[in-house]
Amino acid sequence: MARAAFVLVALLAVGAALGLVIKKNVIHGAMFLVVNMASIAALYYMLGAEFLAVAQIVVYAGAIMVLFIFAIMFLIPGKDETGPDPRRWQRALALPLGALLLILLLAVVAAVRGTGPPAAGPATSGALYRALLTDYLLPFELTSILLLAAIVGVMVLAKRRPG
Amino acid sequence: MTLPPIAQTAVAAFVLLNVVIGLVTYVTLLERKFAARMQSRIGPYYVGPHGLLQPIADALKLMMKEDVVPSSADRWVYNLAPIAFLVPCVLIFATLPFAPGLGLADLNIGVLFFLAVSSLEIVGLFMGGWGSNNKYAMLSAMRGVNQIISYDLPFVFAALVPVVLAGSLQLSAIVTAQQGLWFAAYPVIGQLGFIAYLVATLAAENRVPFDILEAESELVAGFRVEYSGMKFALIQLGEYAHIIATSYLGALLFLGGWLGPGPAWLGAGWFTLKAMLVFLLLTWVRWSFVRIRVDQILAISWKLMLPATVLLLLVTAFWVAWRSGGGA
Amino acid sequence: MSAYLPVAIFAAFIVAFAVVSLAVAWLLRPSRPDPVKLMNYECGAEPIGSAWVQVPLGFYLVALIFIVFDTLAVFMIPWALVLRTAGLPAFWVMAGFVGIIGLGWLYAYREGVLEWK
Repeated sequence: MARAAFVLVALLAVGAALGLVIKKNVIHGAMFLVVNMASIAALYYMLGAEFLAVAQIVVYAGAIMVLFIFAIMFLIPGKDETGPDPRRWQRALALPLGALLLILLLAVVAAVRGTGPPAAGPATSGALYRALLTDYLLPFELTSILLLAAIVGVMVLAKRRPG
Repeated sequence: MTLPPIAQTAVAAFVLLNVVIGLVTYVTLLERKFAARMQSRIGPYYVGPHGLLQPIADALKLMMKEDVVPSSADRWVYNLAPIAFLVPCVLIFATLPFAPGLGLADLNIGVLFFLAVSSLEIVGLFMGGWGSNNKYAMLSAMRGVNQIISYDLPFVFAALVPVVLAGSLQLSAIVTAQQGLWFAAYPVIGQLGFIAYLVATLAAENRVPFDILEAESELVAGFRVEYSGMKFALIQLGEYAHIIATSYLGALLFLGGWLGPGPAWLGAGWFTLKAMLVFLLLTWVRWSFVRIRVDQILAISWKLMLPATVLLLLVTAFWVAWRSGGGA
Repeated sequence: MSAYLPVAIFAAFIVAFAVVSLAVAWLLRPSRPDPVKLMNYECGAEPIGSAWVQVPLGFYLVALIFIVFDTLAVFMIPWALVLRTAGLPAFWVMAGFVGIIGLGWLYAYREGVLEWK
């Protein structure tokens, strides 16, 4: 049962990712992205990370998706990507880089294979926060600096707004 | 007779779906009657006694209506939009406990699940507006997404106030925590939280005074202008299901959910009564106020509601942490 | 049994309801299309061009600020749960976090970025 559910969700994730890459219509691509994000959230849940799964829905399927749609509506008003691709030569890099990523993934899988699932980690939200409060306090506070930088970035964009 | 657990779950889910559809059908009638009273009208009256069969007649009419798909629409996106809109709007009912133990799934991250799924309605909304390839619908969808994300934050922060007070995300635990005193009755914090919740709900549900995405005089029917027949019905169903679920959540977070005098089986009745009270409060505002401009709407959210709700949450958190006296 | 199985079943029922009701309506309803009826409805005026036009940058900026505060909200949810046990130290950690983001909000407010133009 669990295996069947995993295969179903994994197929959905891969199918949506393929749709995102292949579709010429960028808005269709964005819709596939939502499906992809949601199925990845389901995968997180299957790994026992319930909070992370919901956070994935809130931040990625919700907020990031809206950001992409607004960016698309601002940059590519028409229906399809148009004209010749000015960075066509970059396509040649796709294959070697993809192969590199695959090798990396295989290496990671090979390394953890047979070690079994990790001991019940900070899966619940309470334990998660306790970890943030003690072991990862500094990185956690630094995240706020990162978010501050994002706000400053917004302001740079706003200042350069034409008109 | 005992059924295997999975069949029991399936039956429960089927019953819940019917309850939601029934609720939506009759809450629309309630709203029309209420609005009519406010304007010294009678409202639906002729179909059945006191118009009680009006929603059924409406549903049948919409089902028999011709389905007009604009020739320039993006057919896939256009046709899938009503379903993409309906699913999250109804799915949020799954985690609501109507009485102790009477709910489909009392998740231990209930509030978070509700907030996450309910915000997904923007996907369907945008698909509808964009897929129609109509300028009114497109404008409406852009305004709608913009407004919903702007008010999503005050909504989340206001909903977190009871979570901090109860120390749990599980909806049934939040109700149990209110046994002594409803959260809406907590001095200052409770009232401010409840008001913020109501205002954010009004905006997130695109109701007057925040209904610029529909704004009949400029955008006709908003993002659903090109929809007709059953697809239109599904969108309406989703919209009302969302408002009703949010009213239920408000009643649960601030008004003590199923708590009330009388035997335990009355719980669902009390809860529904409170939820309808919240809904009628929202309806009252809807039929009393005028629409405000888009820059005003965004200013209220980003300059007032957002900092105010974050501050409120911090004050509540300080109070809870200080009272518990715990030190790590 | 997983806690989310009922949720998944419920979602499947909702989709089934939508599909079945659309199918029933498809069987019952008339279909008499004609070119004028299938034109976009723009209050009687003839539609000029497509509706897929460029939108202002303002929408994008709102979405960017939204992500910042959405992340804050996600961080605050687990924090809200441990306040009772972790006490005031947990409060001060989050107060510092919010304070730093608040500086950004204040700056954006002063510079008028939060205005809708």
